[in-house]
Amino acid sequence: MATSHAVVWQRATVVDSTALTGDIRRIVLAPDHPARADAGAHIDVRVPIGGVLDRRSYSVVDAGPEGRTLAISVLDSPRSRGGARAMHALRPGDTIEITQPIVDFPLRVGAAHYVLLAGGIGITAVMGMASVLRSVGADYTLVYAGRSRPALAYLDQLLNAHGDRLRLHITGEGSPLDVTELVGGVEPGTELYLCGPIRLMDAVRRAWIERELPYPDLRFETFGNSGWFAPEDFVVRIPRIGAEVTVRATETMLEALEAAEVDLMFDCRKGECGLCEVRVLDLDGDIDHRDVFYSERQKDSRGKMCCCVSRVVAPPGGTAVVTIDIS
Amino acid sequence: MKETTVDKVLGHPRNAWYVAAWDHEVNRKPLARTVANRPLALYRTEDGDAVALADACWHRLAPLSMGKLEGRDGIRCPYHGILYNSAGRCVSMPAQETINPSATVASFPVVERHRYVWVWLGDAALADPELVPDMHQMDDPAWAGDGLTISVDCNYQLVLDNLMDLTHEEFVHSSSIGQEALSESEFTVHHDERTVTVERWMLGIDAPPFWLKNMRDKFPGFEGKVDRWQIIHFESPSTINIDVGVARAGTGAPQGDRSQGVNGYVMNTISPVTDRSCRYFWAFMRNYRLESQVITTQLRDGVSGVFKEDEDMLVAQQAAIDANPDYEFYSLNIDAGGMWVRRLIERQLAAEGRLPAPVSAG
Repeated sequence: MATSHAVVWQRATVVDSTALTGDIRRIVLAPDHPARADAGAHIDVRVPIGGVLDRRSYSVVDAGPEGRTLAISVLDSPRSRGGARAMHALRPGDTIEITQPIVDFPLRVGAAHYVLLAGGIGITAVMGMASVLRSVGADYTLVYAGRSRPALAYLDQLLNAHGDRLRLHITGEGSPLDVTELVGGVEPGTELYLCGPIRLMDAVRRAWIERELPYPDLRFETFGNSGWFAPEDFVVRIPRIGAEVTVRATETMLEALEAAEVDLMFDCRKGECGLCEVRVLDLDGDIDHRDVFYSERQKDSRGKMCCCVSRVVAPPGGTAVVTIDIS
Repeated sequence: MKETTVDKVLGHPRNAWYVAAWDHEVNRKPLARTVANRPLALYRTEDGDAVALADACWHRLAPLSMGKLEGRDGIRCPYHGILYNSAGRCVSMPAQETINPSATVASFPVVERHRYVWVWLGDAALADPELVPDMHQMDDPAWAGDGLTISVDCNYQLVLDNLMDLTHEEFVHSSSIGQEALSESEFTVHHDERTVTVERWMLGIDAPPFWLKNMRDKFPGFEGKVDRWQIIHFESPSTINIDVGVARAGTGAPQGDRSQGVNGYVMNTISPVTDRSCRYFWAFMRNYRLESQVITTQLRDGVSGVFKEDEDMLVAQQAAIDANPDYEFYSLNIDAGGMWVRRLIERQLAAEGRLPAPVSAG
């Protein structure tokens, strides 16, 4: 795997924008300085939200030769914080700032078996991998789970390309994904690549660990954008500096604290590195841990949270308030 | 597409197998080697499989090659103890309870063949072991011999040029294998998509000292004229095996009967290190007196002395190239083999979208 972690910003021109489903658009970009997009690559984009540029990550679904075009697919859900809406508004000829492809989720060629598991829009992270595995003749299964057939982006294309290797699980058709059965059935030597909502990721991780499969063979990518609960407004209090900040449902806790000029340390902004950790002193409600940094034990103890992605939800009939200290 | 440039510092294809090390150099202790501008940590698992990881920890890029091997196939970063498996996946982050999902280092495809560890730094999906160049004489029981490695401070293509035109022997190697007949005799050149062949026969000549000694190893007391051959086989991007030998003059060697002669293969494969340095792996294999370790050692030492003369010339040539950035290369008729080599490499670079080659002075 020729892994690239280098972040190189550049301008890209939108060459196509097409609706794939009711709420997913395929957007094709032509970057000014193309670079190869290996399977598992994503780009970061700068999107204007309320007049301010914010950063979002999108998997590269497919790419032209040497990355001269890059296709991404964007879901605009009611829970979107505004980035998806701005992306959906892009039209051919518009320009946008993007990074060259970054690979934090590399595919390793050479495993005995593969399972690629996508929940909904997570298909965008594993489609390129499926193409590579097909072209090298690997033993792979592509598992695609979603609510309903019309909600599944790229379904016809995937059926054509992967035939029997594609397994569909559609809740609305009475065939929901059974994670225990899926993980219980993988053969030794399987690498599982997963992208989907955090409930799916947590379930797969638990089943994987219970079966005592090698943890490094479970590969996943999260952009820290899904939780166990719908986002809602909550209040953050920092007694030591006398701050009280309301976090809107459409922004992250880190963004709200930054806007209030609280000086915080952070790096990845997707719940992986743990640098944005804050200490929880008191809590009205519960923490919606959306990170992959803490272990289950640490999450259950409710003593710390990653403020870049994690949120607080209100107790029944009450108001969500978290009192924290910061570094 | 521009073709057959005389770029003085030629780029190297990424989608190719390059030798990283002799098989015996890769052990249960990490070895740091740079191949094609990529620093690698090479080691062997307990199962005996060779591994090539990027030699920079995911965290703060400390060299893994300074770390220790651990467990069946692991290597632990010497700085903060992050442990990786042979696939380059993080297995343990000592200071936290979870593993960051993006914590990987690149693990490059590796093949062990012909006594070498080959590594593929390009698109892993294209890493077909069938593309390893044919160097079967290295481990074929019909052949015996040994070789060494030379680290040369020059662009790898200068070594290819050196091996594709052997008229330089008359001037660089006058005391061992050089003779006037080399420059005076005709040669023929053939090529296909991946190979270039240059063939030269010198009939009824005196054997130079190196070859006279070899003839007398097989035919004690040999005197007289010989027919000498050099058949240079290039396989893209940087392997050159040279079929060399002499036979009693007029005994049919040009027609295929080499029984009255001695035959060797000079096996050469060159791995770019940086744009201005390379690692040149060579061996001299022979198909006579296979039992004699004395001859193996004498040939290895003798060729080593000859190649030291090449190394001195190549390093001086690279220095002169860098000292004269405003002067270009010109070509001669004798460069036909080397120019076909350039064209095959350039086509591969173009297919990878990587022309023009880097030419900046370094």
